[in-house]
Amino acid sequence: MHRSFPGSLALILVLALVTACGSPAPAAPTTAPAAPAATEAAPTSAPAATAAVAAAAVATAAIVAAVPTEGTLTQESPLPQVSPLGGATTPSGSAKIGDWSSPAPTKLPANVTLGFVLGLTQDIAVYGQSQKNGVQLAVDQINAGGYLGKGKLVAAIENSTGTNEGAIAAMTKAIDDDKAVGVVGPTLSAQAFAADPIAQEKGIPVIGPSNTVAGIVEMGNFIFRDSLPESSVIPGTVKQVLSLLGVKKVGILWGNNDDFSVGGYKVFKQALQDNNVPIVDDETFARGDVDFQAQLTKIIAQKPDAIVVSALAKEGALIITQARSLGFTGPLVGGNGFNSPAVITQTGQAGEGLIVGAAWNIASSEPLSQDFITAYQAAFKAAPDQFAVQTYTAVWLFATAIRRADSVDPKTIRDTLAGIKDFATPLGNFSFGPDRNPIHSPVAQIVRGGKFVVLTAETAKQ
Amino acid sequence: MNVPQQVINALSLGAVYSLFALGYALVFSVLGLLNLAHSAVFMWGAYLGWASVLVFHLPLAPALVVAVVGAGLLAVVLDRVAFYPLRRRNAPRIAQLISSIGASAVLVSLAQLSFGADPQNLPLEMVPNHAIPALAGLALRVTPVQIITFGLALAMMGGLGLLVQRTKLGQAMRTIAFDQRIAALLGVPVDRVYALTFFIAGASAGTAGMLYALLYNSITPFIGDAVSLKGLTVIVLGGMGNIAGAVLGGFIIAGLEVFSIALGGSSYRDALTFFLLFLVLVVRPQGLLGSRAATRA
Repeated sequence: MHRSFPGSLALILVLALVTACGSPAPAAPTTAPAAPAATEAAPTSAPAATAAVAAAAVATAAIVAAVPTEGTLTQESPLPQVSPLGGATTPSGSAKIGDWSSPAPTKLPANVTLGFVLGLTQDIAVYGQSQKNGVQLAVDQINAGGYLGKGKLVAAIENSTGTNEGAIAAMTKAIDDDKAVGVVGPTLSAQAFAADPIAQEKGIPVIGPSNTVAGIVEMGNFIFRDSLPESSVIPGTVKQVLSLLGVKKVGILWGNNDDFSVGGYKVFKQALQDNNVPIVDDETFARGDVDFQAQLTKIIAQKPDAIVVSALAKEGALIITQARSLGFTGPLVGGNGFNSPAVITQTGQAGEGLIVGAAWNIASSEPLSQDFITAYQAAFKAAPDQFAVQTYTAVWLFATAIRRADSVDPKTIRDTLAGIKDFATPLGNFSFGPDRNPIHSPVAQIVRGGKFVVLTAETAKQ
Repeated sequence: MNVPQQVINALSLGAVYSLFALGYALVFSVLGLLNLAHSAVFMWGAYLGWASVLVFHLPLAPALVVAVVGAGLLAVVLDRVAFYPLRRRNAPRIAQLISSIGASAVLVSLAQLSFGADPQNLPLEMVPNHAIPALAGLALRVTPVQIITFGLALAMMGGLGLLVQRTKLGQAMRTIAFDQRIAALLGVPVDRVYALTFFIAGASAGTAGMLYALLYNSITPFIGDAVSLKGLTVIVLGGMGNIAGAVLGGFIIAGLEVFSIALGGSSYRDALTFFLLFLVLVVRPQGLLGSRAATRA
């Protein structure tokens, strides 16, 4: 799997290049208001070499501040630094999510069922419950607004129980018994590898809302995901950490028996090697472990400038606390598993300085993201996390494909889904690439004052 | 390699394993029953302590008492519901083992219903887990919680040892362990001794649960899973049902784990640990301090 990584990275770069140069102004990289440091070339003034740099920035860097050079002044956008991506690229300036301007569907049956294979029990319920909330919110909004015309969207939520067998059973039930025309799930990548082939075989489209390892969409042409793969988030995070925090050598601690943590580790390692940063110690643990002091003691003895951790949230929180209590004060860099407010509440002071690359941040300035957060908080009295927003987006993507296709034929839905481009979502301006991977800008965040904030030269220093 | 720090790490981890394994060993020694719901009682102990602090705003010490007594009572109820009916019908021991697995699943599900699956934690400022500054000069990070855990593991081992060896109750326990029917004929109040044994085992699980909550400060309905297999390994190594063996076994397993990471590589930790364990058992199949079945306890 990891051998194909450079290839897929290259593919993403090429895609980004196409997006950056092919369509003129709209696809210019997001401009983060508070990122004064960046001096990357503006993509539109692009000779090949600079364009490649810019494309890499689009694909990977969390915040790319495109300071307009002389060349870009000829473009029509007058104030690029304050135009959020979603707003800039939806000409209608649509205030709410959904392609309402397309003709309302007329041929849909009374009930349109989507299946959901979510981990609602065991230790992954942390993610699954949040995803379920995202589903509920999206389905309520879609039905309340009559997005599917006379059709009512029905959510058939099945529990994967966080095991491969459970996911297979849930996927089979969603397709055979619930007659789902599309499936969102499973929660964990390992379960996606077990269950997605069933949907592929039966020709039912699947969107993975939280599958971030390599090899997911490669399972077949019916398998999509709207969660940015680690291979697009991590390299950007690593680059930011190296440049903003002056990190020269790192230690790595990673979980060696779940696909998510292993996948994250491989991408981290590659990103570090690409930047010629030596790895002074490389240690592992197993999912379910609670004591990491032996590994951390060994790593800290090698005096790394930063410790990179590839783990799920539960182990991640424990690792942070124990690293701090063993006296490590440098930055801790985590993968997507750390991207949850729960990690901060569980680590408190120890969590300060944790850096996490992510597809989405609650502080995101996307207007649709703000709408989503408001609606979510009103419905569930809690702050949403990335899992909620990605699942919410997945439901809207399916609904949009169904509306545009005006059909519940899974094959037609698949084809329409694959054609979604520049769709405004809480995640930003969303497109499916030709490989059915998502394309939108990621963000690097750091914990400061008990909150995730966007990582900048300023927030890095505190 | 920072050897002294790794020794501290091993002692701290070992204390958790030992505390957990004590109750396992006690129930096994008296009933000959592997109570796999012990880990669920442990988990409930942690939640009871947590709830006392967060819901009833108790300070840590009274919360520990609530956790200990509550877990003890829970274990007694567990015995009445899950084991007593089987015992009365002379069900084979394997039936009790299965019943304990079922009870464990029920207790875990109940906890998930009550508290959710998200990890909960004690208020961070309440937990004395900051390194003691006096030792920092020696490049050693030791926290008060680690010392408390270690001290309690040893104290409880001593206390339980005395209880079993020196008291009337202990004598009754050992009689039952020898033969339940003879004990009943001799006038030992078998049911009451069973209840007391479960109470003590539950209380020690509650103590372990609360200390685990303090040490790692991450409580989920599934924390029992992390220690249950380790606890089983510990009592097999220590000698099934041997109190001192459970403690010794806990520290040895923890030491093996920590030093297989420190010396070899963390990827081979479990392989190394269990290989060494296998070697020990080949030489001493009854465990380190174990004796023949007839003289358990």
